[in-house]
Amino acid sequence: MIAEIGLAALWLAAALAALQLFAGALALKQGEGAEGNEDGHFAQLVRPAAITQALLAALAFVMLLWCFAITDLSVKLVVTNSHSMKPMLYKLTGTWGNHEGSMLLWVAVMALSGGLIAWLERRLPVRTMLATLATQGFVALGFYAFLILSSNPFERLPVPAPEGQGLNPLLQDIGLALHPPTLYIGYVGLSVAFSFALGALLTRQVTPEFARVMRPWVLGAWVFLTLGITAGSYWAYYELGWGGYWFWDPVENASLMPWLAATALLHSTSVLAARDALRTWTIMLGVVAFSMSMLGTFLVRSGVLTSVHAFAVDPERGSFILVLLALYIGGALTIFALRAHSISEGKRFAVSSRESALVFNNVMLSAILGVVLLGTLYPLLTEAFDVRVSVGPPYFNPVSAIFAVPMFLVMAVGPLLRWREDKPARVQIQLIVVSSAILGVLALVAVLGDYSLLATIGLALAVGLAIAAFLPLRGRRLTRVPLATWGMVLAHFGVAISLFGMASESAFTKERLAAMVAGESVSVADWQITLDGVDPIAGPNWTAMEARISASRGSAEPVAVTPQARTFWAPFQATSESALLTRWDGQLYAVLGDSAGVDAEGMQRWQVRVWWKPFVTFIWYGGLLISLGGALAIIGRLSADLKRRKAARRGAERRNEARALAAEMKEELV
Amino acid sequence: MMRAMFASVALIAMPLAAPGAAQDSMPPAPYAYKQLEDPVLEAQAKELMATLRCLTCQSQTIADSDAPMAGDMRHQVRSRIAAGQSPAQVREWLRASYGDYVSYEPEVSATTWPLFLIPLVFLFTVGLILWRRLRRGSAPEGDQA
Repeated sequence: MIAEIGLAALWLAAALAALQLFAGALALKQGEGAEGNEDGHFAQLVRPAAITQALLAALAFVMLLWCFAITDLSVKLVVTNSHSMKPMLYKLTGTWGNHEGSMLLWVAVMALSGGLIAWLERRLPVRTMLATLATQGFVALGFYAFLILSSNPFERLPVPAPEGQGLNPLLQDIGLALHPPTLYIGYVGLSVAFSFALGALLTRQVTPEFARVMRPWVLGAWVFLTLGITAGSYWAYYELGWGGYWFWDPVENASLMPWLAATALLHSTSVLAARDALRTWTIMLGVVAFSMSMLGTFLVRSGVLTSVHAFAVDPERGSFILVLLALYIGGALTIFALRAHSISEGKRFAVSSRESALVFNNVMLSAILGVVLLGTLYPLLTEAFDVRVSVGPPYFNPVSAIFAVPMFLVMAVGPLLRWREDKPARVQIQLIVVSSAILGVLALVAVLGDYSLLATIGLALAVGLAIAAFLPLRGRRLTRVPLATWGMVLAHFGVAISLFGMASESAFTKERLAAMVAGESVSVADWQITLDGVDPIAGPNWTAMEARISASRGSAEPVAVTPQARTFWAPFQATSESALLTRWDGQLYAVLGDSAGVDAEGMQRWQVRVWWKPFVTFIWYGGLLISLGGALAIIGRLSADLKRRKAARRGAERRNEARALAAEMKEELV
Repeated sequence: MMRAMFASVALIAMPLAAPGAAQDSMPPAPYAYKQLEDPVLEAQAKELMATLRCLTCQSQTIADSDAPMAGDMRHQVRSRIAAGQSPAQVREWLRASYGDYVSYEPEVSATTWPLFLIPLVFLFTVGLILWRRLRRGSAPEGDQA
């Protein structure tokens, strides 16, 4: 019954999305809403449709959660992805740890965002709002069709299964449980930005007001994407057991590309909101950002990554997403091409101005996006012609650095410049400070050791950027700096911190692989690692060998760490649980491998891998700082906007009162 | 499938592996989990391993995989570097044995040239956009375009 309620709710939500689309479109066609009210026959339907749709989609998702919570083994999805013996937390997270469930989560979040806009957003002209909600309905409709027609999460089995098939043990991890929904919320946020952009484009209302309305959604999407990427990277780092945190894997790139587009969109939106410039850019980036989320979904969900040929054998889902992609993106680009000429570029600015710096970096971000897109899609393209090429770090790192290095340099200077026009001489002291920091570190690192070029440049840029991040605060009363500016400072500082972590990890990591017997010691960097013993242990759905290792640094007390080699049995899979020891200046990373035979005296030997990774944690601290900066910016912008609105309303009330008073007095005089 | 692949790899690898090691190379090859004594050579091997694909894994390099084949390839890389080959020679040999697919470092060739041409096009486009955009904007007074 639960599954049927879910499916019914899904169908009803789809019907309401259709209503939202057609009511919105008809209202626009009939010229409703031109007087600034929503009383038209069709116009009045749009908001209630969006809100009801949100409730129904949420209901459908809750029903699926329920099926997983009680392990309803008559539902196919539960059987293939869950197991009655799994801990409750992972039963619940298993809901979206699979294709159908995650797509349902996607539409639920999308419907909830649409409902939220319909319920609260009153700043835009009525017609723009109608167009936005109609677009949102259109996008949602495609996803509902995808779910219902080719990925029904509520499908029943003719005969209930005796037991579920379990969940990939790699996915039974809290980090990974939270990682996909975080990314999805980011993707959905970009779909909202897309709807706003199209709404504004269709009704020719690409104004600073529109940018202010869209901005929290872009910022929100960006914060969630940043968190999702950071969490995913940390998960790969500690779960895969080799200490890598970024592999330029297509799945990772699928999340990086929307992030790059969202970063560019975010900055472009700020220019539009503050200066009424870059109108077409902003719209274009809105379209690109959503295209990248769709492309990411396509890459991850179609099976095309496992093998192009596997995709060709069972192309139903992939083709469906591809059609949606073509429909939305093609449609949006067509409208853009038809309408772009009717929107002027907006206000002009000088070469030396904050706008110019932002344009420069937007172009660089777009180029990096292009490189990642090329490196990700090209191998898929050649594979279709039976030529297999691999594109990996040796390609992505240097080629993206060509654009990233100038971008970081401009990023250090941009926030110091004034809007519209500025004289470089005004900020020459700051320029000297930052550039001497960069050159100083560059020289220092080059003298001290022989490190790779990119790592050296990375270290120097990181130090320069970290200093530059705080320079916009110079000469200002810190208590009066707006929250949004703090957000920018923190986010830029976060970029520097993250870059520093990456460069340091790449330059200074020390590795030690050893086959050890109990009691034996090895050293890595300034750490002394002793294997005290290896014991079998058992968990709820796994057994493991656990190493007892004591690690001591210099003369400090040894600390015990216990890496495990786990074996799950439902389904069978071996994983390694690395043990991490975090210090302020880095992380010790220990992994227990297989047994390595016996030594000369017949003692059992074990493979042990240990790394000392200086400042590696900064990579993720940076990611968190960036997200925090984004969150501060949202709060700052929204509260400033509310305050302004309140003041405007009070002003209007006061004017009305005064007018009423004047009229009364006039009457009395007569 | 994986076993068959591993066996075929072992067959290819055997005559080329270090003498003596070849016969018992089925369970972990000696240098799969053992570093080279010389830190310079080990660094070279490590750098090379981080750019080679583990052919039985999905999107992993042989430097970060526990798959038997990755271990075997790490052994190959380390023993060849130890025997005095340059990383470039080892990469060339692996390419010859397993095809271009094994190397994450694409080289300019008949099948890969767009990977190198297109970023150049990007570079050119970026230059053009910036030049046009910033030159046009150099008159801040003419507000609305």
